[in-house]
Amino acid sequence: MAKTTRITYRCSFCGKEQNEVQRLIAGPGGVYVCDECTHAFTEVLANAESALALPAHTRVLTAADPYKEKVGGLVRCSFCGKSREQVNAMIAGPGGVHICNECVDLCLQIIEEERNPAAHGHAEQTHAPSSADGVRKHLLDVDDWSASEIGALFARADAMGAALARPETKLDTLRGKVMVNLFYENSTRTRVSFELAGKKLGADVTNVTASASSVTKGESLIDTVRTLQALGARIVVVRSSQAGAPDLIARHIDGSVLNAGDGWHAHPTQALLDLYTIVRRLGPVRGRRIVILGDILHSRVARSNIWTLTAMGATVVLCGPPTLLPPAAADLYAARPVPGTDARREVIVEPHIERALEGADVVMALRLQRERQQAGLLPSIREYSAVWGLTPERLKLANPGALVLHPGPMNEGVEIDPAVAYGDASVIEEQVTNGVAIRMAALELVAGADQKRGE
Amino acid sequence: MREPQEYAAIILAGSRILDPSQGMDGSGALLIVDGRIAAIGSEQDVEAKLSELDIGPEQRMTLRQPAGSVIAPGFVDLHAHLRQPGFEAKETIATGAEAAARGGFTTICCMPNTQPVIDSRATLEYVLRAAENAPVRIGPIAAISKGEDGHELSEMVELAQAGVVAFSDDGRPVASSKLMRSALEYAAPLGLPVVEHCQDEDLVGGGVMHEGQISTLLGLKGWPAEGEEVMLARDLALVRLTGAKYHAAHLSTAGAVELVRQAKREGLPVTAEVTPHHLLLTDAWVAGERTGPLADALAEIGVPVLPGERYDTDTKVNPPLRTAKDCAALLAGLRDGTIDAIATDHAPHTLTDKACEYGEAAFGISGLETALASLLALVHVERLDLATLVAALTVRPARAWNLDAGTLKVGAHADITVFDPNEAWVVDPARFASKGKNTPLTGLTLHGRVRQTWLGGKLVYAAGN
Repeated sequence: MAKTTRITYRCSFCGKEQNEVQRLIAGPGGVYVCDECTHAFTEVLANAESALALPAHTRVLTAADPYKEKVGGLVRCSFCGKSREQVNAMIAGPGGVHICNECVDLCLQIIEEERNPAAHGHAEQTHAPSSADGVRKHLLDVDDWSASEIGALFARADAMGAALARPETKLDTLRGKVMVNLFYENSTRTRVSFELAGKKLGADVTNVTASASSVTKGESLIDTVRTLQALGARIVVVRSSQAGAPDLIARHIDGSVLNAGDGWHAHPTQALLDLYTIVRRLGPVRGRRIVILGDILHSRVARSNIWTLTAMGATVVLCGPPTLLPPAAADLYAARPVPGTDARREVIVEPHIERALEGADVVMALRLQRERQQAGLLPSIREYSAVWGLTPERLKLANPGALVLHPGPMNEGVEIDPAVAYGDASVIEEQVTNGVAIRMAALELVAGADQKRGE
Repeated sequence: MREPQEYAAIILAGSRILDPSQGMDGSGALLIVDGRIAAIGSEQDVEAKLSELDIGPEQRMTLRQPAGSVIAPGFVDLHAHLRQPGFEAKETIATGAEAAARGGFTTICCMPNTQPVIDSRATLEYVLRAAENAPVRIGPIAAISKGEDGHELSEMVELAQAGVVAFSDDGRPVASSKLMRSALEYAAPLGLPVVEHCQDEDLVGGGVMHEGQISTLLGLKGWPAEGEEVMLARDLALVRLTGAKYHAAHLSTAGAVELVRQAKREGLPVTAEVTPHHLLLTDAWVAGERTGPLADALAEIGVPVLPGERYDTDTKVNPPLRTAKDCAALLAGLRDGTIDAIATDHAPHTLTDKACEYGEAAFGISGLETALASLLALVHVERLDLATLVAALTVRPARAWNLDAGTLKVGAHADITVFDPNEAWVVDPARFASKGKNTPLTGLTLHGRVRQTWLGGKLVYAAGN
């Protein structure tokens, strides 16, 4: 077969080909800028009068230009990904390419250095700045959290716990900031927990309980979020029945988004508080056997817990009716090592409850929704309870001193026997208490990112 | 300067001519007279024909194509959604046809899931009239059942007489085995294919992406591969029973490819298509992880592919993007002829239809204007032969449905696409002719661009600079 590849690269701003210019510098995703444009941009950024030197369809954005694209969120530099608010100036080229003043400077440096090769080595590719500098803008998922990041958050949660022990004092981490709890699904404990956490940190907290029907009435999530932003919201805590809703919001808001549960996808603060509760009782979880029991398929709590527990080195056993286990789970987690390491995540799928509980250090029971029976996934709630219910007898199969967790709300007598729920092994109430400290630490984390943006 | 069509003869010369319908691949020239191909071959052959027809130099227009460009038969798309009547905010016949011309297509077959559904002569005639002045030939597909509701057959004989090219309830798979049997029996003597969107809705039940690792990662409801295979297997049994022509739309799974392979081996009158996105993209794109044949090919030719966004609704399509293993099986099927055609399943939507949560977003990718360039990535890294690619876009779909298209043989309509397989460009939906800006390829640099599209000897699209 004849090789037909003859690839021409063009400057994304003036359209000139590689051989028509001295130098073409590549950004990510196929954007390029040539030396001529770099010089023109440097000139125009230094002196607005020289605007005539710019190629057609290229200009410096002014305050009158929108900060957001019609599609796809904020106007961002195509080279480093920064938004307009993060840089001093942005130049727009044809077809939606942008370059910020910082990248123009960097490109100029590269060109200058090449003229004077003694100065530095080559730096052809620009790189987006890393976000792993101890702050996170959003808390959407925990699949990319490392053990050290979790450890750092827990240290802050300890401090927050100490602050909570002094009810008369308020912290000023979020003072003057508007935090909105946007809940599209009913929730008592998560909403109240976030509300208390925000108030303790000094935020102005507002609750918006939007019924799911407002979506079908044509009010889109994006509209709602833009409205909240226009009203000054800097932090949005969202609960939605739709997986990915927090990601969508994060693309349309300048402030921070915390996921308080989205569909079957994730419930990051729940997983963090579960792990925190376990660690405070049992110490490090590395090598421990932790059973998640019940309807894993539909559970965001289970999904998030798997990431955090395995990041800390625990072995997670997923146990439940075969129809309620998620597809390809073992392969999924095996394929995604803990960030920053090549440590394999240990996840075992075991439908037999007795085998699963054997040697367990922690058992986390999940709520069983009654509609699973109508959906043809279960013969009956009664049978489920008989086969997979967590009873005192079954708990004896676990290691002595094993803990029992439940994210609530419980169906007593279905997935968990009241004798277990209120027994010595249960730490269910501690989970709720710890939730406030963990959520304070999470809010502080994103507030740190907000602070950095403001600097 | 006169327009090309004011000349008695138009000669396209100076570049590679690639016409798989007659096994032609080499430099040469092509002569257009009266909207049809009058000669094709060497420049001497064309000259001889011109003398024979007594066409003097002042009556000729010769267009020399830049070196490196390829002259091919106009592309044939067996599967496009033009949305008119009823959903004109998503697309119209005019904008869809313009998008097709820009993508190098000269014949497109449009699906009947409009409002009203194309299930009667009245609606069909409306579509045919709206298509009259389009820059491409439009072959309407009529619904199998009235209103695509799966209960009563549409008036298939009258629709066939009025000019439909196939029957399909695309988007609303025929759940009833009995109705499918009737449709096949009814269509058999008409010689037209019955086209199935293979999806067992009971098994798929609200799935929004491929069921597998990534659906578990993202907590989205899975659409298992078996949802396609179960219905395809049923349909093949009914084809065996009725002997009717059957066409499987947008195959997406390795198992489906194998079912079609066996059916063809058995001699059943079965044809199949695959879309560019099912060949090129994987379910990981839904998580913003751009893996699979397209990403691999771009990396190999030095185009960096950055991660995308999680829950990008432009990756939501039905059937869903599947795994790299499925992509590989689809490509193998395309190469060995199990899969006859590449079809775009061009499914334009408004921004609002996609600017929402993944579960709520509409299914579909706007594909006409990126099909060629995205597929050429496979050619650039030698996973696919250019001749096979062009065949799957021209003669193979035309033969599958017996359409008068897809060839540059003498006497054929002068429906021609001229493309530069190497020109680099960045996908920018704002520049699409289609109203549908919904593509997961936004911002990617692709190589290969249509330079000209000719329909019946008329230049209907020429790329600007």
